Amino acid sequence: MEKYKILTDTAVPLDTENVDTDQIIPARFLKATDKEGFGKNLFRDWRFNKNGQPINDFVLNQNIYSGSILIAGNNFGCGSSREHAAWALKAYGFKAVVSSYFADIFKGNALNNGVLPVQVTPEFLNKLFQAIEKQPREKICIELEAQKISILSNGETENFEIDPYKKTCLLHGYDDIDFLISKLEAIEKFEDERNGIKAVPQVTI
Amino acid sequence: MKKTLFDKIWDSHVVESIPNGPDILYIDKHLIHEVTSPQAFNELKERNIPVYRPEQIVATADHNTPTRDQHLPIKDLLSRKQLKELSENCKENNITLYGLGHPYNGIVHVMAPELGITQPGMTIVCGDSHTSTHGAFGTIAFGIGTSQVTQVFASQCLLVEKPKKLRVNVNGKLKNGVLPKDVILYIISKLGTNSGTGYFCEYAGNVFEEMSMEGRMTVCNMSIEMGARGGLIAPDQVTYDYVEGKEFAPKGADFDRLKAHWETLKTDADAEFHQEYIFHAEDIEPMITYGTNPGMGIKLTGAIPVDGTKSDAKALAYMDFKPGETLLDKTVNYIFIGSCTNSRIEDFRVAASYIKGKKKAKNVNALIVPGSRQVAEQIKAEGLQDIFEAAGFTLRQPGCSACLAMNDDKIPEGEYCVSTSNRNFEGRQGPGSRTILASPLTAAATAIAGKISDYTQTLN
Ligand code: SF4
Repeated sequence: MEKYKILTDTAVPLDTENVDTDQIIPARFLKATDKEGFGKNLFRDWRFNKNGQPINDFVLNQNIYSGSILIAGNNFGCGSSREHAAWALKAYGFKAVVSSYFADIFKGNALNNGVLPVQVTPEFLNKLFQAIEKQPREKICIELEAQKISILSNGETENFEIDPYKKTCLLHGYDDIDFLISKLEAIEKFEDERNGIKAVPQVTI
Repeated sequence: MKKTLFDKIWDSHVVESIPNGPDILYIDKHLIHEVTSPQAFNELKERNIPVYRPEQIVATADHNTPTRDQHLPIKDLLSRKQLKELSENCKENNITLYGLGHPYNGIVHVMAPELGITQPGMTIVCGDSHTSTHGAFGTIAFGIGTSQVTQVFASQCLLVEKPKKLRVNVNGKLKNGVLPKDVILYIISKLGTNSGTGYFCEYAGNVFEEMSMEGRMTVCNMSIEMGARGGLIAPDQVTYDYVEGKEFAPKGADFDRLKAHWETLKTDADAEFHQEYIFHAEDIEPMITYGTNPGMGIKLTGAIPVDGTKSDAKALAYMDFKPGETLLDKTVNYIFIGSCTNSRIEDFRVAASYIKGKKKAKNVNALIVPGSRQVAEQIKAEGLQDIFEAAGFTLRQPGCSACLAMNDDKIPEGEYCVSTSNRNFEGRQGPGSRTILASPLTAAATAIAGKISDYTQTLN
């Protein structure tokens, strides 16, 4: 995974609450067996009508907005555990999502794919929406190391929380798999020390 | 220190706690299916990592499988490819697969419990958010993303922070016609869709103690719809009786030894929860949803709230409902009885008992989809199939079906569907579909009436 650096960019405002992963990437696009190509179907049914024409009202179709930061309403990423939602956001070009609340599984999936979920207070989220409404080219700066998000033109700033382990992973570009494999000896020892697990017999067709 | 049921299971599965970081949590059973596993297998291959404990993994095909003509090659090429990859990946890695057509095939959260793969005190994960279902057995079970599927393949462990603890108590006597689905829809309507975020939820109180395992699974299944990572119910005699004798359940002395352990898995008196809620069974009525998230629920005869937010207004516009109106007498052309929430034998018994001797309304297209091959066989054996057919319904073959409409079972644009599934998100049952979540009894009554009706008047 790439190392996560300071991100300064314009943002796309999606002022809707409870955006679920079925909207981020509808189930019918989950038949792929690789991670490519999900970006073009990100928010598919909000972005395009059934004839494939862009729906002008939707923020991703409005040229005044662009950038690698998505600002979204409360409780972003609820619903299905599909990691395809994080892949789609990443493939589209988003490097961070800012909201006042994230669903657990989405948050984990995003972190595992280098898309930073930045949880801010509802007040700060409002300020972000207002700043972008006033000036769509407004720049937002997200500093992972300092756990700080700021609105550049007016200097409004807020700190955000992130799991320290995850933060280290992102800053250094490590991932959990390498870490767990380095622990296999301890895992084996744990298995030896406990009992009571019965494996399912091998039955295959 | 006093411990909760959740603490007891979690703590006994921690291999190591990383200072200032997550726990390394050992996973007893890893369930996989065709949709969220291929990329994980690819990653292993690319990085040349073997599957660490293949004997603790069980695979099924359920999400995109057709519910008709399962003996024929799958028409949809992408679905076919996904299933083929699942078979190949399982074979290459010595993983047990109960594929399409196997007598044990079914929706992952229906087949694993009925085979005795799910047992109390375990940790179970699956790349599917409704893994919370298995918590009904007093199990820590939760959904994971594909990167985590890869982690479990590689190490049989996950790096996870211990969630906080929440308890929901429901005591009292449920009214006639109020099913476990109504209980959980009621709880979510009261608490909202993100009240559980960061928590694992224990359900306690006589209402859950008196529920069957099927009912407990329905409740735990929807824990994720209030945002919780999972839900669980302390194992008791009902649990042991259900597990005993199942195909892969421990037998004889093994069973007794484990049962003695399971009996210790109760929340200690005075153990502390970070959050606790209390509800009264008498307040609960049959429930339906009117919006586009599972928290937007009202009682069957209730009115849509008038003081909604901007997001609520968007949901109502999508559903073509108005604030203040009731859903009674709304014509409904589709019903779906199925999904990992309500596709177990008891769900079909309830539906059949209402349908018996009645006829399906002409306008209604009904999808009745058992959760597994075993449930399908049981439906036949108990004579329920005859009841459904006499009333004009046809039964499909098992799978996720219209719950997420990855196969051909879709609700057409603009149509309402009274569905026993768990999510009413926009387009969940097909682009433009409008889902109304309810119990199997409400779905059955809607199919007979052709509209939403207050059938409780006619229950005896
Ligand atoms: S039935 Fe629906 S919710 Fe359950 S596993 Fe299948 S798709 Fe997921």
